[in-house]
This record gives sequence, structure tokens and C-alpha cells, in this order.
Amino acid sequence: MNKIAAILGLTVTLAAASQAGAATLTFACDSVGQGFNECKKGADAWAKKTGNTVKLIQVPKETDQRLALYQQQLGAKSADVDVYMIDVVWPGLIGQHLADLSKTIPAAEVKAHFPAIVQNNTVNGKLIAMPWFTDAGVLYYRTDLLKKYGYKSAPKTWNELATMAQKIQAGERKKNPKFVGFVFQGKNYEGLTCDALEWISSFGGGSIVDSSGKITVNNPKAVEALRTIQGLVGTVAPAAVTTYGEEEARNVWQAGNAAFMRNWPYAYAAGQAKGSAVAGKIGVAALPAGTGGKPAATLGGWQLAVNAYSKNQKEAADLVRYLTGLQEQKRRAVQASYNPTIASLYKDKDVLKAVPFFGSLYNVFTNAVARPATVTGSKYNQVSDAFSSAVYSVLTKKSAPGPALKTLEGQLARIKGRGW
Amino acid sequence: MTTTPPRPPVKMRGLEKSRSRTAVLMLIPMLLVLAAVAGYPLLRTIYLSFTEFNFISDEAPKWIGLGNYWFTTEEGVGLGLLQTPEWWQSVWNTVKFTLLSVSLETVLGLAFALVINSNFRGKGLMRTAILVPWAIPTVVSAQMWNWMYNDSFGIISQWGQSLGFLQAGESFLSNPDTALAALVAVDVWKTTPFMALLLLAGLQTIPSDMYEAADVDGASAWTKFWRLTLPLLTPALLVALIFRTLDSLRVFDMPFIVKGNAPETMTMSIYARQELIANSQFGYGSAVSVLIFLIIMVFTAIYVTSLRVKFD
Repeated sequence: MNKIAAILGLTVTLAAASQAGAATLTFACDSVGQGFNECKKGADAWAKKTGNTVKLIQVPKETDQRLALYQQQLGAKSADVDVYMIDVVWPGLIGQHLADLSKTIPAAEVKAHFPAIVQNNTVNGKLIAMPWFTDAGVLYYRTDLLKKYGYKSAPKTWNELATMAQKIQAGERKKNPKFVGFVFQGKNYEGLTCDALEWISSFGGGSIVDSSGKITVNNPKAVEALRTIQGLVGTVAPAAVTTYGEEEARNVWQAGNAAFMRNWPYAYAAGQAKGSAVAGKIGVAALPAGTGGKPAATLGGWQLAVNAYSKNQKEAADLVRYLTGLQEQKRRAVQASYNPTIASLYKDKDVLKAVPFFGSLYNVFTNAVARPATVTGSKYNQVSDAFSSAVYSVLTKKSAPGPALKTLEGQLARIKGRGW
Repeated sequence: MTTTPPRPPVKMRGLEKSRSRTAVLMLIPMLLVLAAVAGYPLLRTIYLSFTEFNFISDEAPKWIGLGNYWFTTEEGVGLGLLQTPEWWQSVWNTVKFTLLSVSLETVLGLAFALVINSNFRGKGLMRTAILVPWAIPTVVSAQMWNWMYNDSFGIISQWGQSLGFLQAGESFLSNPDTALAALVAVDVWKTTPFMALLLLAGLQTIPSDMYEAADVDGASAWTKFWRLTLPLLTPALLVALIFRTLDSLRVFDMPFIVKGNAPETMTMSIYARQELIANSQFGYGSAVSVLIFLIIMVFTAIYVTSLRVKFD
């Protein structure tokens, strides 16, 4: 018996020794836009530097579907994936399954990142993820078309956007029957939650659930916001915008078939790339404000985290440290317009040259509205699901804004139960 | 008054006895496997449906009795699945989807089966060709239809728009009133071949001398179909109907790929996935699964008893 144990032990030690120094990491990264390729470039650079191997796996495009997949893996304590790219709203949902990075990444390096995001990624005193890129909704517009129809600047309010989109759409449709005024994310998923939070917040209607946990979404300003946007669907936005996610909206825009688009900053580099019909004609501005409100952008962004059950903790943390570091964040900002999470990069000459709006919209990125993920904790996904479904029923004209928000209020109360 | 004499007990001879023992022994592994892969998950799902359990947390399932099914708070707020409108919406969607698609598939499948059962040149090729939609994986065909329905480049939307059924920038999928019908079209396209195949197999069991006799009696084609083909085809038709109805009540993949979580096309299985996987509520989601199981069982019982299907 002892002999067998000894042999087994020896084999295990040998196997471990032969792998030491050359780990193979599995990385669940991005798939939206050029995300996969950009991840690969960064991961390959690290692999070359350290002699390890990184295997990238394909993940679903939509954030809630990614979450569903990762929840299953982490709930089963699986070690299949070493490094996860996680959404800014996930720390409360899956944080307990992620490794504490404050032990491996020097505090000085962590401090260089926006404090609000570091705070967001800290769960029960553990730094469960490093900020990788931040996001906020922005308004894309066609500089050539604005000029052609006699406009000097991007719209400041939603009503202005409606008027401008209407005029441009009417003019352009004469040559191009597919042309539409405005595209955004109207499908029933997390992306619609982001868009709708912007509308409501820009009218001064709050953020669904306030920071004390009170359900605030059923208010006159939120009703007015939804009524305004409902009026856009089927007039300046195609009725089928209720089937669009980020990529569907970008496809219409990038084919030159839309005057305005709401999307994340990644769409800028993609639209400027060779072969794009809108290259050189893209303007970026803050999203419009509602009546009596001010512009609002939903805070998005992604972090890199190490699976607490990973067998390659050290290498995985080192990959995260490299990818979230200054050099790689700068490369991604310049080449693919991903917003850095390191404040100093917003003053970097090369970055500002490649993505001019990073400088002019700096306030939009740093003052973005957070989704109520922290306050609702493990129930966030249910809250977001109920919210986007209610907004979807308004956009598809199955429900009027007032009743929809009243029903939603009841639903949220049910989800809340005795407390978040 | 007559009484039936008690039947003499069947005596097993030595050889028979050992044979039946062997049979039981050989069945045991299969029964164990069945208990492990079918029985255990089912029982565990039923157990979990009486608990509150979030699989992403480390807490063990907490017993709450019928709380997932029916629960009213002190303030009178109706909680629990049976008081949740979204659940009933998804049940209604699924039933509508099932009735529409199964009836269309049966009629079309029968027509196809009658055509390819007749003798003509190239019928072998025809029988193979008709199976193509059924052979394409659902994920692929659903995505294909999704593109055909796309409002800006999809061919179906272009037809709809140029014929005036749709406005520019609209698609059959984006309109909540037509979305379910659009999904039924995809399902009919995909599954009619399966129906046709099952019915073709049934048609081929009808002996040809029956038709010859009918010809001698001077029956018209119409009479032959109603009085001969249909009654003899009934057993095959019923089996096919049960197959399709059960499949369609459980439908998940195609509507999920094409329409995602949209409330107007959410089926029972999509709702179950949403609660089980996306919201990680294993207890509540299990209750949804148990109800789906019960609904399907009721449908099967109605079929089997009212239509007197015999499975032997």
C-alpha cells in the first residue's frame, strides 16, 4: 500500500514539476466587435514574454448570457477557466468565487486606476477584479450629414435629436430606402437596461432603485422619458430596433444607414477601420438630455478576475496584472478605442490623437450613472430583467409608460421581498 | 350463480425459473442507469422545488414548502409561481405555439407523405431532399431564419416591406403581434419533414390489395382517402402527433435564438432557463420545471386516454 502511494505521489510531483514555469491558462475574454482579436494580441504578448500559453475561448456576445454561463461554472466550483473578463455589475453576483488580487498586485499599481471602479470591484474587503476598461454610453453622429442638412452641432436634447433625425431621414430616404435616423439597443436584455437607465436618468428620473434600496422607478419623470423614447420607435428609429443588441445597431450604423447611434466607445475604432462606409465621418458627443434634465451615460466597463478555483493562480494573476497595466491599456486605447481605467492615460498624447473624444468627453466617462448593482446584490439580475422587460413592452407599444412602470414597481417589490 | 374456479397457480419449471432470473439480472444494470440518469434528477428537481436555493451562493437549500408555488406576504403581495403573470404568459405562448405549429405540420406533413408515397420518377431523390430542413441543426437554421427576418437585409422583411405588409425598418419578428406566427413558420419549415417521414412509414404499411379491392368497387380517390387511408393511418398519425406535441411544449432552442427573452415569445422552457440559470434561483426554477413536467404529463394523458392509443 505504501509503495503504491509513494509511486503515485512521485508521479504527481513529476507531472507538476514538468509543468512548472509553463502553465496553460484558459481565458474567457471578449467577443463583441474586435474584442476577441484585441484580447488575443494582449494575451499573446504576455505569453511570449513569460513562456506560458494562453488559450482563449469563445464566449457569448451578450453580457447576460455570459453571466449565465459563468455562474454555472463558478457555482460548480469548476477550474476550467483561469481568467474571466467580468462586467462592472457582476462583483455582487459572483465575487465570492474570485481570487483576492490585492495579495498579488502591488497597491501602488491598483491606485493608478479610477478609485470608483476599484471600490466597485472590492467585495467584503477583497479586490476580486482589476479594472480593464471602462465604458459609458455615447452618442455617435454623422458629421457629413449634419453639415449637409445645416446643423452645426450634435443634438443637446432628445427632442432636438428627434427633429434632426427626422429631417435627415426624410432627405436620405430619397436615395437610400434603408436609411434610418437613430439606432440603439432595444432588444430585451441587459443592453436595454443600460440604454433605458440613460433615458430616465437624463430626465431626472433617478436610477431604478436608489442607493438606500428604495424602489424609485415609478415617477413622472421616468414616465416622460419612456414616452419620449417610445415616440422615436417606428418614426426615426426602425420598429425593429427592439431586436437590436450592440452589434446589430453597429452593423446598421457602419453600413452608412443611420444618422445617429447610441453605443459604447468600442464602436469608434471599428467604424473608423478600413472598409467601413462611415470612416472619417464619425462624430462623438454626450448623449442628449431630457426636458429639464442633464445628459446621462450608463457606467459600463469590464474587469479581469482570477477564478478562485484555478490551478494556476500565480500565472493567472500575472496575466491580469499585465493586461490591466499601463502599457497594454494604452495599446488598446490607441488601436481599438477602449477607455483606459488609468486616469493619466486620458492626458496621453498618443491616446488623444487616436481617440480625440476621450479628452472632450472625460467628464462623461468619470460621471457615468451606475446601474443599481451594488444595492441589489445577488438579486441584480432579476431587477435588471424585470426593468428591461417593462421598457421593452413600452418600446413595442404593448404597454403605455405609466402602467408599465407601475407594474414594474410591484414586480420589483416582489423581487425585493424582505430586503435586497 | 356461477363462480369462476380459481386459476391454478402457474408452476415454473426449473429452466424457466433460471431464465427469468437471468432476465432480471440482465435488466438490473439498465434499471440502475435509468434510476441514476432519469430518476435521481427528477426526484431532486421535485425536492429542490420546495426549497429556496441560490446555486451561486454557498448556502444549502432551505426548505420552504410550497412557497415557490404559492405564497402571499403579510402585505397581501402574491408571490410564488402560480401568482406570477410572466409564467402564465409563457404558458399561453407555448400553448398557442404548439396548437398552431402542430396542426400546420400535421396537415402539410400528411400532404407531403401522400405525394412522396405515390409512384413517380425520382421519388428516391425527393424523399431525401425533403429531409434537408430536418437535418440542419436547429441552431444553424434558427440563425439562418433570424437573418432572413432581419429588417434591413433579410429577404422576408424585404418581401413584406415591398408588398406593404411591413413599414420600412420593421420586421415580422419586431412586431409583437406577428412574432409568434413568425416563429411558427420556422418550426413548420423545420419539422414538417419529420412529420412527413413518420406518416410515410405509416402509409407504407397499408397493403396495396386494399386499394385494388376499392378500385374494383369503384371508389373515388376522395372516398379511398377518407374511408381507407385515413382510418388505417390513424395509429401512425397519433404517435406522430404525440411526438410533435410533446416536443413543441418543451421548445426552447429555436425561439431563444431568434427572439431571446422577448415576453411575447417566451416559452415555458425559456422562462425556466431564465429563472434557473440567468437568475440562479435553483429552487424557484425547479418549481417551474416541475410545472412544465406536470403540464406535459396532462397533455399526454389526454392524448392517450381520449384517442385510445395502444403502445403494443
